[in-house]
Amino acid sequence: MRRFRAAAVGAATLSLALTASACGGGSTTGGGGSNDSPKTLTYWASNQGPNVEADKKILRPELDKFEKKTGIKVKLEVVPWSELLNRILTATTSGQGPDVLNIGNTWSASLQASGALLPWDEKNFAKIGGKDRFVESALGSAGAADKDPAAVPLYSMAYALYYNKKMFKEAGVDKPPATWDELVEDGKKISKGGKWALGAEGANLSNNIHQIFALGKQHGADFFTEDGKADFTSDGAVAAVKQYVDMMGKDKIIAPGNAEYAQNQSLSDFAKDKTAMVLWQAAATTFKSQGMSDDEWGVAPVPVASGAPGQGKATNSMVAGINMAVFKNTKNIDGSLKFVKFMTSDAEQKILCESYGSVPPVKAAQDDPAFDRPELKVLRDTLAKSAAPLPQVANESQFETAVGTAVKNLFANAAAGREVTTASVKAELVKAQQQMSKQ
Amino acid sequence: MQGGKEPSGAAREPGRGPRRRPGRLRRIGLPYLLLLPALLLELLVHLLPIVVGISMSFKELTQFFIRDWGAAPWSGLDNYKVSVDFDAPVGEALLHSFLVTCAFTVLSVGLCWLIGTTAAIYLQEAFKGRGFLRALFLIPYALPVYAAVITWGFMFQRDNGLINHVLHDQLGLTDSAPFWLIGDNSFFALLTVSVWKGWPFAFLIMMAGLQNIPREMYEAAALDGAGVWQQIRRITLPSLKSVNQVLVLVLFLWTFNDFNTPYVLFGRSAPEAADLVSIHIYQSSFVTWNFGTGSAMSVLLLLFLLAVTGGYLWVTSRERKSAHV
Repeated sequence: MRRFRAAAVGAATLSLALTASACGGGSTTGGGGSNDSPKTLTYWASNQGPNVEADKKILRPELDKFEKKTGIKVKLEVVPWSELLNRILTATTSGQGPDVLNIGNTWSASLQASGALLPWDEKNFAKIGGKDRFVESALGSAGAADKDPAAVPLYSMAYALYYNKKMFKEAGVDKPPATWDELVEDGKKISKGGKWALGAEGANLSNNIHQIFALGKQHGADFFTEDGKADFTSDGAVAAVKQYVDMMGKDKIIAPGNAEYAQNQSLSDFAKDKTAMVLWQAAATTFKSQGMSDDEWGVAPVPVASGAPGQGKATNSMVAGINMAVFKNTKNIDGSLKFVKFMTSDAEQKILCESYGSVPPVKAAQDDPAFDRPELKVLRDTLAKSAAPLPQVANESQFETAVGTAVKNLFANAAAGREVTTASVKAELVKAQQQMSKQ
Repeated sequence: MQGGKEPSGAAREPGRGPRRRPGRLRRIGLPYLLLLPALLLELLVHLLPIVVGISMSFKELTQFFIRDWGAAPWSGLDNYKVSVDFDAPVGEALLHSFLVTCAFTVLSVGLCWLIGTTAAIYLQEAFKGRGFLRALFLIPYALPVYAAVITWGFMFQRDNGLINHVLHDQLGLTDSAPFWLIGDNSFFALLTVSVWKGWPFAFLIMMAGLQNIPREMYEAAALDGAGVWQQIRRITLPSLKSVNQVLVLVLFLWTFNDFNTPYVLFGRSAPEAADLVSIHIYQSSFVTWNFGTGSAMSVLLLLFLLAVTGGYLWVTSRERKSAHV
């Protein structure tokens, strides 16, 4: 008897193991999507609010509304930023992903290249009310220009210059700077006695890229050639990186300690009256959570050399935001499209974007009075007139790492008191470019 | 376990009933049959991923193919060539991180061993408060790695961290507050955390090893006039040799492959001075989405570790054999 039991256990273990391995592999075939489980959906939301719990509180009532309307139950998982990309990659490789998910809009082209996301052709767009409903610059950040978008814009954001009114007053600065020269000039007045003019997140690769990208545009650099090849070492790119790092090294208006910031510490410094300005996207909710009231800070467009933001050399922000994508091998394709339609509907856009402090990428929703606050007006204007999407190329992720690290290293040098020269900036960027694979 | 007892019982009573003939087969076959599930699982859990990893290292596996990686184009030895071309940026960076890891491992294992052994010897004698000290020393080993390393990260912050507060503000040992999480000092920050995390294990193993040395040997040595140092050199360390051999090997493998500490301390892009191989490979694979090259680097690392471990085991086992002769 005992032997039988042992054999049975062995056989059971074996069959379990085999099933497990069968599940793990071989599921990458097909992928057109089906309607095998029409009653449920899994949704991976990115962490937008102050924490994961806050997101659940904001999203749950909306998901229940959707269930009431359609009878489809949505299983929600809020994924922290640090994990999201890895989770998506794992889901892509194994084929075991959610039905609908949020992606950072800078990843659109990279994820599009993997072929895991449902392409948004005319037919799919028609099911959610058409392409024309969305702001153009937001659509530009949803995939490579010559392909059907890999996602639909969900929340939009842009960079603005946030300034601490009290610190401005103390330093005798009466209005926010419109050009970089003014910013440096005002900055020198403010940067005294342990106070600093501008905050930076020197060790945050993505933030470095966002700042460098806008400055690069102002110097006529794109970081990628027309045919998608890395072009990090142009004079414009070198000048942009140098200008940014010089604000710490040469102009001394960024605190050296900011070179190791990567967890939004510059926002705390701002709220504690230690740093007078930050270049940030939709910072209102964070300031509030740091105990700052809305009248303690002001907001203005990010400076440009000429003083008037616009297209091309007057670009002053990347198109920041979150897109919503459908996994190609979803088991509930109809439900997924219905869900995207619901989340991007005028009514839901108003509710969600107001909760998150972002700008709706849906034109009709922008007219709501809730988005008439001075901060959102600046962000909305920037998005509509002077923002450009990051290069929509398949190796955008590599660009962020390579160039973001170069800027981080240069900040580390500036902070340590070593001189940052045009040659040393170029050398770092050459190294970054060499690290890009030959794709 | 229950099933395992049967064959030996059957062997002792060969004449038990009519099932005599399959006895031999059962005696030899059953243990293997019972091992089979474990063996198969071992294959699935360990060997299969290794085989998959090796096959990936021969492919041009980028974001274009992760969804169906079987279809990625064959690239032959390209990934290996790129990894070991030390004049080109990818190979140069890999070599750099390899050398950093070697230096880091030697220092970390050495310090862990030294501190652990010293503490174990010190706590060998019974005295008041020994239990408390033992528990205290083992705390780093019991804490969750993630939480502990995050705390270290806070302490190493330049402007608000405890380390600079003590070194600079209170003791005045440095002219200006140094950076620990960026630039060259990051190596020492990483080393500090690694040793803090690793030495309690050495301490634990050494304490266990010390229990096996008969007290009489020390007493006899003391009678013969041997001082504390001589006792440690002539009795303690030689008696701990086999324990040491295992301890050093385990610490070496753990430290060389440590991923959690640098990742939690520095995030996805470690400063050059603290760019350990494990995080470098992670970056090649998961951050720059070049899984083929990352796999090739992993295979190279595996070969290196196998060679070192094999060599080490060969030397130590030869020593052991000659010692027994």
